[in-house]
Amino acid sequence: MNTQATEGLWRHARKLLVAMSLGGSLAIGPVHAAPPTADVNTTGLAVTDSTVKVGILHSLTGTMAISETGAQEAEKLAIQQINDMGGILGRKIEIIQEDGASDWPTFAEKSRKLLVNDKVAAVFGCWTSASRKAALPVFEKENGLLYYPTFYEGLEQSHNVIYTGQEATQQILAGLDWVAKEKGAKTFYLIGSDYIWPRTSMKIARKHIENVLGGTVVGEEYKPLGDTSFGSVINKIRLRKPDVIYAAVVGGSNVAWFKQLKAAGITGQKQTLLTISVTEDEVLGIGGENLEGFYSVMKYFQSLDNENNVAFVKAFKEMHGKDSVIGDVTQAAYLGPWLWKAAVEKAGSFDVDKVVAASEQGDIELHTAPEGYVKLHPNHHLWSKTRVAQWSKDGQAKVVFESDLIEPNPFPEGYQ
Amino acid sequence: MGGFSYEELQAILVMQGFAGLSLFSVLLLMALGLAIIFGQMGVINMAHGEFMAVGAYTTYMLSTITETYVPGFMNYYFVFSIIAAFLVAGVIGYFLEFSLIRHLYKRPLDTLLATWGVSLIMQQIFRSVFGAREVSPTLPEWLMGSYQPTDTIDIPLNGLFVLGLTAFVTGAVFYLMFKSRWGLRVRATTQNRLMSGAVGINTKMVDRLTFALGCGIAGIAGAAFTTIASTGPTTGSLYIVDTFMVVVFGGAASLFGTIASAFSIAQAQSIMEFFLSGSMAKVLTLLTIVVILMLRPEGLFSIKIRK
Repeated sequence: MNTQATEGLWRHARKLLVAMSLGGSLAIGPVHAAPPTADVNTTGLAVTDSTVKVGILHSLTGTMAISETGAQEAEKLAIQQINDMGGILGRKIEIIQEDGASDWPTFAEKSRKLLVNDKVAAVFGCWTSASRKAALPVFEKENGLLYYPTFYEGLEQSHNVIYTGQEATQQILAGLDWVAKEKGAKTFYLIGSDYIWPRTSMKIARKHIENVLGGTVVGEEYKPLGDTSFGSVINKIRLRKPDVIYAAVVGGSNVAWFKQLKAAGITGQKQTLLTISVTEDEVLGIGGENLEGFYSVMKYFQSLDNENNVAFVKAFKEMHGKDSVIGDVTQAAYLGPWLWKAAVEKAGSFDVDKVVAASEQGDIELHTAPEGYVKLHPNHHLWSKTRVAQWSKDGQAKVVFESDLIEPNPFPEGYQ
Repeated sequence: MGGFSYEELQAILVMQGFAGLSLFSVLLLMALGLAIIFGQMGVINMAHGEFMAVGAYTTYMLSTITETYVPGFMNYYFVFSIIAAFLVAGVIGYFLEFSLIRHLYKRPLDTLLATWGVSLIMQQIFRSVFGAREVSPTLPEWLMGSYQPTDTIDIPLNGLFVLGLTAFVTGAVFYLMFKSRWGLRVRATTQNRLMSGAVGINTKMVDRLTFALGCGIAGIAGAAFTTIASTGPTTGSLYIVDTFMVVVFGGAASLFGTIASAFSIAQAQSIMEFFLSGSMAKVLTLLTIVVILMLRPEGLFSIKIRK
């Protein structure tokens, strides 16, 4: 396919993306006949004249199922919407879903199955860093393509992965700047669960607090995953009287942590607390009344008031029930299929190397993202805004601060 | 620790003491049901954690029902949910003993495997019925917040509640085991099954009720823990490790041992946590337990019985 044709197709695709609601497969079906399979697939992927197979790989069972449910629901919604618009390069997307079962070696094994046996053109999946690290060697060896939705610690950039969540500096620095400026915070108490993401995040936070903001860290604490007794830690915090508690506690511990804070009389009225690990999904378990007044730093909140988001929330609830909630990662997962569609259409091919090359141009963008406009950086991460929002009793958060678009920087100088 | 007033240090000391007591009551409540089943019957119930989850889900269901149909009753439902949790978990335990456990008394190692299988089945049932996400019942107002005897001291109300509940359940168990006729039969059966049968004790029924009692207490524990943490399909497996640690460390056949062990583990953990980091405290606690168990494999307390 010559460049002009590619350009034309791309421009058309972009228009379609902008006016996603127009949808309708009729619009593209007959006009742009699907290009021959031999042209769009030179590496033996599972692409036929009318279909293309992709994988979804999340934990449907085990301890991570709680968090990963939303992500895979959003990916299915995006894929269905893309199919309703006529698919990608005239081909409908078929999903092959595998269960990572909250077990990291299983993620690697299922990745191999998806890439080697099913020959899927792309995989949307993984949630924890541990599962990504386990699957990564498989994706690199078999030259697959993974869209990874979770906000994570950074320090990674693989040819075979597109990161649709925020890396640590995007999420952390803007939030700390805000709390230092708005609340005049000088002293910080850092607390997180004991594994790589909280530890890396806290390392970055500490450097920023000490070197840039001129504040002090009066305590840094890590609790084992799943631990539910925070009495002693809460007493330590009381003794140190920090201006801000900066928290990255995850999973079941998160619920215990906030319930016990409230029970100990540390509430949103008396204490500023900023967390980077609470989304709408976690609030379901924690309960809005235990979080009231505390702040979360994320790039997306369900309450965001823009056209894209209203449509997204409506479509999501129609597909997955009116009681479902949408957290940061769910939204980031929703972006995956759309970013892939844009890159494939730009490349005019499903071949992984061509799709990656198209993604690295730095001009893959979505105007229809629920979080607002996003753009793919050549370093495989997204430009995105960071928002600080305050939780209210009903389990929704009100945005109190919104940054400009922040450049992703997975290898931050001076923060390692 | 310089720079703190005397009052502040005193307040922290009080609250820290309570944090330790609170953890003690949590551990004891978790371990009590398992200790009864393990101690009296020699059955290692790997599904113990799931029976706690049954109690927690019962509470969650009652909370949802109350909120929807009789919102005026929200302040009182929690008391009933504890009783309901005991009954629901107890009845399920009763039928589990009848359908599965009683066939395996002669093969104690197989009960380990069988109850583990049961725990997986139960987890999947929770997931199918309640979904994979964690849930929390809405707590009545009187369980939230803190009691403030002075300006600087905050005692969590949910901690106080669990402490009181644990004291009550422990007292009830001791009364049942050591003062009631039924307890006499249980102890007789444990010591000499054949002889008990010969004097007219229905040992099979004793087994079934003991198992049901243990499961019911797990249900109470589950209901109580909804005030502290949330409930998900795999919540039980989170608690089971701590539970076994307490029971094994205390000496499998002794209720006193279970209490002593829960107390020492909780205090060690909570004091070390105050001076060290959380993970380090856990490591040190476990290390101490391992060393003590190496020196005393039978645990802190063991009843001397004729082998």
